Amino acid sequence: MAFPHRPDAPELPDFSMLKRLARDQLIYLLEQLPGKKDLFIEADLMSPLDRIANVSILKQHEVDKLYKVENKPALSSSEQLCFLVRPRIKNMRYIASLVNADKLAGRTRKYKVIFSPQKFYACEMVLEEEGIYGDVSCDEWAFSLLPLDVDLLSMELPEFFRDYFLEGDQRWINTVAQALHLLSTLYGPFPNCYGIGRCAKMAYELWRNLEEEEDGETKGRRPEIGHIFLLDRDVDFVTALCSQVVYEGLVDDTFRIKCGSVDFGPEVTSSDKSLKVLLNAEDKVFNEIRNEHFSNVFGFLSQKARNLQAQYDRRRGMDIKQMKNFVSQELKGLKQEHRLLSLHIGACESIMKKKTKQDFQELIKTEHALLEGFNIRESTSYIEEHIDRQVSPIESLRLMCLLSITENGDARCSSDTHYGPEHLLTFSNLRRAGLLTEQAPGDTLTAVESKVSKLVTDKAAGKITDAFSSLAKRSNFRAISKKLNLIPRVDGEYDLKVPRDMAYVFSGAYVPLSCRIIEQVLERRSWQGLDEVVRLLNCSDFAFTDMTKEDKASSESLRLILVVFLGGCTFSEISALRFLGREKGYRFIFLTTAVTNSARLMEAMSEVKA
Amino acid sequence: MNRTKGDEEEYWNSSKFKAFTFDDEDDELSQLKESKRAVNSLRDFVDDDDDDDLERVSWSGEPVGSRTRPGSFQSLSDALSDTPAKSYAPELGRPKGEYRDYSNDWSPSDTVRRLRKGKVCSLERFRSLQDKLQLLEEAVSMHDGNVITAVLIFLKRTLSKEILFRELEVRQVALRHLIHFLKEIGDQKLLLDLFRFLDRTEELALSHYREHLNIQDPDKRKEFLKTCIGLPFSSEDSAHIQDHYTLLERQIIIEANDRHLESAGQTEIFRKHPRKASILNMPLVTTLFYSCFYHYTEAEGTFSSPINLKKTFKIPDKQYVLTALAARAKLRAWNDVDALFTTKNWLGYTKKRAPIGFHRVVEILHKNNAPVQILQEYVNLVEDVDTKLNLATKFKCHDVVIDTCRDLKDRQQLLAYRSKVDKGSAEEEKIDALLSSSQIRWKN
Repeated sequence: MAFPHRPDAPELPDFSMLKRLARDQLIYLLEQLPGKKDLFIEADLMSPLDRIANVSILKQHEVDKLYKVENKPALSSSEQLCFLVRPRIKNMRYIASLVNADKLAGRTRKYKVIFSPQKFYACEMVLEEEGIYGDVSCDEWAFSLLPLDVDLLSMELPEFFRDYFLEGDQRWINTVAQALHLLSTLYGPFPNCYGIGRCAKMAYELWRNLEEEEDGETKGRRPEIGHIFLLDRDVDFVTALCSQVVYEGLVDDTFRIKCGSVDFGPEVTSSDKSLKVLLNAEDKVFNEIRNEHFSNVFGFLSQKARNLQAQYDRRRGMDIKQMKNFVSQELKGLKQEHRLLSLHIGACESIMKKKTKQDFQELIKTEHALLEGFNIRESTSYIEEHIDRQVSPIESLRLMCLLSITENGDARCSSDTHYGPEHLLTFSNLRRAGLLTEQAPGDTLTAVESKVSKLVTDKAAGKITDAFSSLAKRSNFRAISKKLNLIPRVDGEYDLKVPRDMAYVFSGAYVPLSCRIIEQVLERRSWQGLDEVVRLLNCSDFAFTDMTKEDKASSESLRLILVVFLGGCTFSEISALRFLGREKGYRFIFLTTAVTNSARLMEAMSEVKA
Repeated sequence: MNRTKGDEEEYWNSSKFKAFTFDDEDDELSQLKESKRAVNSLRDFVDDDDDDDLERVSWSGEPVGSRTRPGSFQSLSDALSDTPAKSYAPELGRPKGEYRDYSNDWSPSDTVRRLRKGKVCSLERFRSLQDKLQLLEEAVSMHDGNVITAVLIFLKRTLSKEILFRELEVRQVALRHLIHFLKEIGDQKLLLDLFRFLDRTEELALSHYREHLNIQDPDKRKEFLKTCIGLPFSSEDSAHIQDHYTLLERQIIIEANDRHLESAGQTEIFRKHPRKASILNMPLVTTLFYSCFYHYTEAEGTFSSPINLKKTFKIPDKQYVLTALAARAKLRAWNDVDALFTTKNWLGYTKKRAPIGFHRVVEILHKNNAPVQILQEYVNLVEDVDTKLNLATKFKCHDVVIDTCRDLKDRQQLLAYRSKVDKGSAEEEKIDALLSSSQIRWKN
């Protein structure tokens, strides 16, 4: 329970500096608009902002009133308006409507738009088209790395996933490169770089360009982090599609952890109000159970509760002096622990209740069958029934994707007839993103390809073919699983209390593919011997290694690994790698475009009104 | 900044710094060469300074020293001490529109690099198709989507769409960026033209169909969906589009009718169970559930009858039964539930049959808080004995458990179950009677 780190495990760098940097930069930007001003904040930026600054800091810098950016006319009477937004077209239109309304009313104010983490030319184009370019001043708040925990940095860009993996828009690659550049500036160069995936490769190249342009800054610095590993989400969709059963993942699946905190409703708090709780290493109770398989958590919590009781009970028989000591020194800690314990016990109960209602057991059984590739027919009919019962459309979609990817598109449920007409667009998106692979209509594709290649020279034709490969690619999951031993052979029960491999995060049934790849590459310090796996992943051109001869790297730093997930990572993957780290004496640091899970992946694929 | 000598040489000679060769000032410029320190500062100044700053300050011929970065400037003016500073300053601070005068200022690669840094940078000087395409290719090879889009915005403005489309067809990465850009800014017309040009008929159809999401008014939305019916979807999707249209058409009729019934207050079912929401734009299965809930007994001829929906939309048997069961169980209409699973054979015998399996029926009934007598009836119909026993135990259908154990002649299990029933209850008595019976040949 709550495995300790090996004594030789390296210390994590201090990432709180990133918060300070972001805060100082924001203050600087606010000061660029001297005097009183009202601040309009985009909803998606509120939680991240919360984590680095608070209202009183904003007030200190003459922010008068705060508004949420939403499609409503602004009631602000301030002479200066400041907008803190993501670079989105709809935000530009909103701002334009405010400014133009002011103009019509003959009112002059000062406007400032602060884009976070950067501005896009398409946004400026809209400002220009709407006739307000020049009326508003633009700034960038390069806040792209939020430390959610001691080992977890999030870019808080969930749209990265859809923008890149569905639409093929590379707009965030520069943001990633900038973030990596910032990290190398602060924590020294990374002597060993590995990556897999088209996006990973592009981000890496752009980052390298950046470093070359601004060389000198990181040169000569001692590296603090020995390895960096970049990985595209589409290298492993399967893991992200699975139901999570480690505590933190389960809490995320059930209650949705947002920006490192969760809203526990009355059913958890056993009072009449909801409670917003920060979930990170500082929560001592949570920290001990977050990576545990759910089946262990109850036992652990009740043991904890008994210990706590015993500590409280020591009061009896204390004399006055001891009692005074107890109250002044221990009671506060005990009370805090008590509070946390009862919260997590409440959360567990609520999870149990919800999961029992959903026939979670049967669901998990089906998922495991899909992962292992047996009883496909049974699983297929389970999924069909799931769709028929309309238990949850998102869940059904997820299962269909899991079936389709694990079976390489060979198995299909008669989903369309069951699903109803309203999901047409979602299905089309899922297919485009490669989450739903159907038996390739091979001819169609070749026809398009040959048509296109006729138009261009041979050299370019190669490029075009690989632009198409994302559409055509088959998942080859079964073959990869065999090559990498993703399904552990178990003699007897898999002991979830004493996990022996990363498969414990899925009840011993499956080692997360993403984590296995990382493990294998780190072991070899290269992709050597993994050619076949890389080929099966359709990544032959996108698996790379780059080592610099870096004798300055301490042995400690060489056991620190930054893993960059492009398109999001799940808490299960984080738990699995934390486990690997403890086994091998490494420590992993996670950088993700956003924390994700299966429901978020599916939701990102649905179409809503513009 | 510490540059080595080699670096500086390369820096100076490499083409990417051509930018600083101010055409008509070669003489003065040659003096710059003398001070490498100054060059570096110049680079700092030009490359790292925010053009926003420069833009905000409209050039009025004031000495540059009034600018915001005195540090950088200081070294610049030192180096240029015997050249008129003013002749450089306007260049640095020139508003973007004027860059076109300096047609050789930025090579395509310098330009995209500047764009990547978020700087204002005019693209107007790229006038030949070749230049434009080179610019695009530089942007693509740099990988920054924001820059690719910036170049595309320029290309879209300065090329006819036929030429633009033709060139993008062989440049897939750029093409995807344009498609996404058009989606985002909502230029539906150009997007459809593009798909038409590319012969991507399915995407064209989907893109057109997507528009319905933006239409709130149900009648208008229905009319719009009608225009989608003939579009070149895949054959599967075509059927869905037709269904989508028919479904909304139905929903509009049902909604009008039921809203009226509900407000009239004469119909019992609406009085007892007021509708929680309108049925408009709900999914097919929700509509079926609704119809099973409010219109179960209607004749097949009416639009709102469940059977009619089932036929029109070819709803599979299983899905129909599951939905009807859930709806009728919710209303505790046990007779309807019973009828749902009763079939008559040609001799007139009735038989119980469930396409979804009775184990599933039991679970759904339990979820809807069916009483034990009802549950029991269906648990008994579960064929697999183990499943039956499990369900009976789970849902406390004591009689079924006891009878099954008796039939299995499983004395041990019956003994074990005795501890689960209430002391002194009828069930306990029944178990005791069985256990003491000499009629049964227990297997254990």
